[in-house]
Amino acid sequence: MAGLELLSDQGYRVDGRRAGELRKIQARMGVFAQADGSAYIEQGNTKALAVVYGPHEASGRAGWGIVWPWELRGSRAERWLGDLRGNGRRASVYTADAQHRISLGVNIRGSRARALPDRALVNCQYSSATFSTGERKRRPHGDRKSCEMGLQLRQTFEAAILTQLHPRSQIDIYVQVLQADGGTYAACVNAATLAVLDAGIPMRDFVCACSAGFVDGTALADLSHVEEAAGGPQLALALLPASGQIALLEMDARLHEDHLERVLEAAAQAARDVHTLLDRVVRQHVREASILLGD
Amino acid sequence: MAMEMRLPVARKPLSERLGRDTKKHLVVPGDTITTDTGFMRGHGTYMGEEKLIASVAGSVERVNKLICVKALKTRYIGEVGDIVVGRITEVQQKRWKVETNSRLDSVLLLSSMNLPGGELLGQGVLVQVSPSLVKRQKTHFHDLPCGASVILGNNGFIWIYPTPEHKEEEAGGFIANLEPVSLADREVISRLRNCIISLVTQRMMLYDTSILYCYEASLPHQIKDILKPEIMEEIVMETRQRLLEQEG
Repeated sequence: MAGLELLSDQGYRVDGRRAGELRKIQARMGVFAQADGSAYIEQGNTKALAVVYGPHEASGRAGWGIVWPWELRGSRAERWLGDLRGNGRRASVYTADAQHRISLGVNIRGSRARALPDRALVNCQYSSATFSTGERKRRPHGDRKSCEMGLQLRQTFEAAILTQLHPRSQIDIYVQVLQADGGTYAACVNAATLAVLDAGIPMRDFVCACSAGFVDGTALADLSHVEEAAGGPQLALALLPASGQIALLEMDARLHEDHLERVLEAAAQAARDVHTLLDRVVRQHVREASILLGD
Repeated sequence: MAMEMRLPVARKPLSERLGRDTKKHLVVPGDTITTDTGFMRGHGTYMGEEKLIASVAGSVERVNKLICVKALKTRYIGEVGDIVVGRITEVQQKRWKVETNSRLDSVLLLSSMNLPGGELLGQGVLVQVSPSLVKRQKTHFHDLPCGASVILGNNGFIWIYPTPEHKEEEAGGFIANLEPVSLADREVISRLRNCIISLVTQRMMLYDTSILYCYEASLPHQIKDILKPEIMEEIVMETRQRLLEQEG
């Protein structure tokens, strides 16, 4: 787009931020009472919701387990509420007709085919709402991007969750992006971290993620959609802040080796800033619950 | 037909209204609890680089040399002597798989069905709450004076049922009592269920006295109104005050 400069001469970005500045982050834990853990996060205009179930008995069916209520297609889908866990414990469990070929929630309980004998199975599902982007677009559940995101989230959380403590069980993490304005992977990871903490599942540390890019010799942190669409290199980093260990680092663009160090450092600093914020949110939540329960 | 519409509104967090603070040591994962290596590590902690680090978000509990972190809510972890209420999810050849809100499903062998201490339940309502909210008491079977009985399972499953008029000794075997429950009993049970849900939303411990006080505080309101946020807060505040008066 002619005339759109991602970084002005004075050092301001399109939305008025400085190069290393994050967007406003707001987060809440415990938004769904039925789930074991849940959280909602807003990073600027990117909004993500995460729901965690577990640890529970490993089930035979892979990956699918949840269809969000706004994805239900009225007359075409046949609603079958509550798997054997009953009483609406899962947010929604639906089975659709042959046309959709999505047979969700047929939870073959007790099938120990996928249970691992020495640690817990982490199962992540990523889903993007039809109304999340500028143009309304229906995304089928099995598509490439969702699967890839799911896999990345799984790798990230397998690194952080202490899975050895729960052998033969399964932990389900479902993430839904409600509004996508850049940095969706980061928002998903941050929301999922809060949800896992809300569920009381032991983790090594927080997992904080942020994206970073490179324009005109300067590294930018926390890219918005406009900056991502401009086509420059983008890096997504998930970090365990206390030890500085990297859970996942992903970049799919061309970036000169000399610049990598700077971009990586910008992303790491941004992730640490995210950690400060998430830490505050969690402490506030724990403090409030502690006060209500009484000493 | 009258319809009610509500608009979302930001409300003050309840802890502010209570006006007190907690004295516990609260931690989040990644926090160092102590660098003293003399302690034994319990649940919710792990050892990393000569330091004891928390792995869940909760409060630190120290018993002599054992340090553990008690998470805000976890799945049920069984202990000897606990009463649990479960749902049968699977029937296999010689045993049943029971869902008890724990990390793995529980197993109930058919041979232990007729042993004392376990029983199948007839008509009633199941309420699922977090196990951390059920207080440990001497007995978990309560006959409330309002006309219903309640079983508070340690695993967070609560069973509300109409008080049977007479206790019979069954010779053996389970005959399901399928007589329709009277309207009055059903109203009591619904009201109790809504009271329990409002106590849970306001994070209060569940035991017979708290449920009873909450029930009495809710009597002036209609059953369906109990679940509205402002009425819920009002009822639970009243319950809290009565409990404080009783203890103080």
